Amino acid sequence: MGIKQELSHTLWITWKDLMELWRSRMRLVMMILMPLIMMTMMSFIFPSSQNVLSNIPIAVVNNDLGPQGAVFLSTLSNMDAAKGLITFKSALSLEDARDMILRGEALGAIVIPENFSGALTTHLYTANITVLTDDSNPQISQALSQILTQVIDGMSLMQAAVNVYPYAMQVHVNPIAIVVPYSAKAEGVVSGGGSYIEFMIPGLLMMNVITSMMTGLPRAIAYEKDTGTLVGFLASPISRVSIIAGKALGHIIRGLIQAGVSLALAIVLFGITIHGDIMLVVLVLFLGVYSFVGLGITLTSVAEDEETAAMIMMTLTMPMIFLSGVFFPIQMMPDFMQTIAHWLPFTYAIDAMRRIMIFGVALSSVATDILVLVAFGTVMLIVAIPAFEKAMTR
Amino acid sequence: MQPIIQIEDLTKVFGGKVRAVDSVTFEVEKGEIFGLLGPNGAGKSTLIRMLCTLSRPTSGTAKVAGFDIVSQANEVRKHIGLVAEKMILYNHLTAYENLMLFGKLHDIPEETLGKRIDELLELVQMARWRNSRVGDFSTGMKQRINVIRGLLHMPELLFLDEPTLGLDPQSSLEIRELVRRLNEEQGITVILTTHYMDEADALSDRIALIHHGKIAALDTPAELKKRISGYDGVILELKVPNLTPDLVSGIKSLRSVTDVLAEDATELKIYGKGKDAIDDVIDEVRSKKGEISYIRNIEPTLDDVYLQITGRSAETNVVREGTDQKSRPHRRGFFGTRR
Repeated sequence: MGIKQELSHTLWITWKDLMELWRSRMRLVMMILMPLIMMTMMSFIFPSSQNVLSNIPIAVVNNDLGPQGAVFLSTLSNMDAAKGLITFKSALSLEDARDMILRGEALGAIVIPENFSGALTTHLYTANITVLTDDSNPQISQALSQILTQVIDGMSLMQAAVNVYPYAMQVHVNPIAIVVPYSAKAEGVVSGGGSYIEFMIPGLLMMNVITSMMTGLPRAIAYEKDTGTLVGFLASPISRVSIIAGKALGHIIRGLIQAGVSLALAIVLFGITIHGDIMLVVLVLFLGVYSFVGLGITLTSVAEDEETAAMIMMTLTMPMIFLSGVFFPIQMMPDFMQTIAHWLPFTYAIDAMRRIMIFGVALSSVATDILVLVAFGTVMLIVAIPAFEKAMTR
Repeated sequence: MQPIIQIEDLTKVFGGKVRAVDSVTFEVEKGEIFGLLGPNGAGKSTLIRMLCTLSRPTSGTAKVAGFDIVSQANEVRKHIGLVAEKMILYNHLTAYENLMLFGKLHDIPEETLGKRIDELLELVQMARWRNSRVGDFSTGMKQRINVIRGLLHMPELLFLDEPTLGLDPQSSLEIRELVRRLNEEQGITVILTTHYMDEADALSDRIALIHHGKIAALDTPAELKKRISGYDGVILELKVPNLTPDLVSGIKSLRSVTDVLAEDATELKIYGKGKDAIDDVIDEVRSKKGEISYIRNIEPTLDDVYLQITGRSAETNVVREGTDQKSRPHRRGFFGTRR
């Protein structure tokens, strides 16, 4: 059988799949809705740490016997007014503040000690401000504790600068330079980059196309097997490669359309900028899908029916999505998880896509990722074709 | 006449245990309508799947249209048409698009394909629904399209696997008529699997009765039926409103009775031997105070032949007493009858 004929058979099978999709308006609508919902949801579920907290109810206990406690709280309130981070709630004592947290009326508390004014006026000891947080909510607790200690530390430095001002004036130096001799300023390698949505969009794009292939292809083949229509292809004088390629191509096109929709939504709705070459983005999307065609076909050959295929795909794709760094950087995971992640081709697809979209790197910079994807895809196809052939002639 | 199918010792074993097809050997002549009969699970579909290259034999050989089903599978596929038990049609595509797709997969040239599709649509009186979606068709209409889908590339051999399953009587009749016309007018050899005996009887030139994966008998329908009637056999239908187990036992014990099948609580089908059988049965019923509503001598059907040969009905789940302890003899089986 000539290549031209095989290609023709492949394209007719792809045409059939796409026509079915086109005629099923509900499927078409869902294909566009899915990335929209997914992206909108993800961007709000995992927003950046700066805007995650607002109007956090914080209990305030002022045990200070002097005036400085009130001045401190007033300054804190003025500083917060612009950001609206905290809603201050008055509490009578440390126990009262703790009860408020337990009752869910506050997520944290700031307790000014009795000797606060004394410490500030005598400079003989440090006034320890206590910050209480809600341990039942570790993520909020951690973020709150970090923010409150940063604010208090900042205020402490300002106070220190005020304290050393007279001495600094005598020796003609900057009081801030005395209390803060050095500081760090973190900057990204790409200007304007670094938001969570920018981190997530490349991963989401890859996830859309790969899951479309991983779940869609085996399900589609298993469905045709169950309904008996696959027999029509198998009893026709066409090669098994044409059947696989035709079905896969249909899903690749669907995946790429979905990715295109996702990308357009990301640009329009979230102002995402693609720093790299758009053709390189398409290439990596294509290779990402290619690398999973063989796996999808192999699993189709293993699954007895559509339901089994769906269950196998779900079991494989869900951990893969979380392990490969779509939502969280791999570096935040424990060591053994990172090792697993490095064995997943999905990780390489996402890494390549992220570096192209965020850093705007050239093809040579993602050569390793691309090599892994091509190698994995090719090996899996070599395994998949005879497995499919065998499974279909049981 | 030259055989179009040659099968020798063909065997299919599933999971190393289940012998779905067990050392089957037979030939099918060109231009025949050849019926494969047997109940569900007898091995008919597995045999068809192997002949259509959809399943690899465990052992044995088969040639279809002169090509080996394993080493020359693609050549076999070029010469056969398959109308499988489940319809090979896509509901979202129109009748024309469905036929176009499969025509293209058979490499039928563009200029020939359109004309051929229109001719076939005319043949099954579906031309006016050419551009309607298959999903909107009735089961009978779908099956007509499904049959012509198998004919697009003008195969020498058409496999019809339960072609009238689930169809209403009118649609079944139309499909049978179509099969007959294709065979007579175009000389297409037809391999028909069915568990409807009347269908096989009406259409087939020869029939192979399949039982537990083996060929239990192979002959023309008339010759197969002679195996009962031609050898002094008689089949009686008897209705006794006050039928008792004692009376059934009494009839069974008669020397001229070979088998008794309970049709329902008051009706029996009795397989007898010799001209005295009918008198013996009447005497036995009367001696036990049975009231006979009616008794009649009936013509044997292929199902009767199957039952006589295998001890099991091909059309229903009826099993002759004493031959299969797992099944109870009851005429109205799970699959029902169409007589």
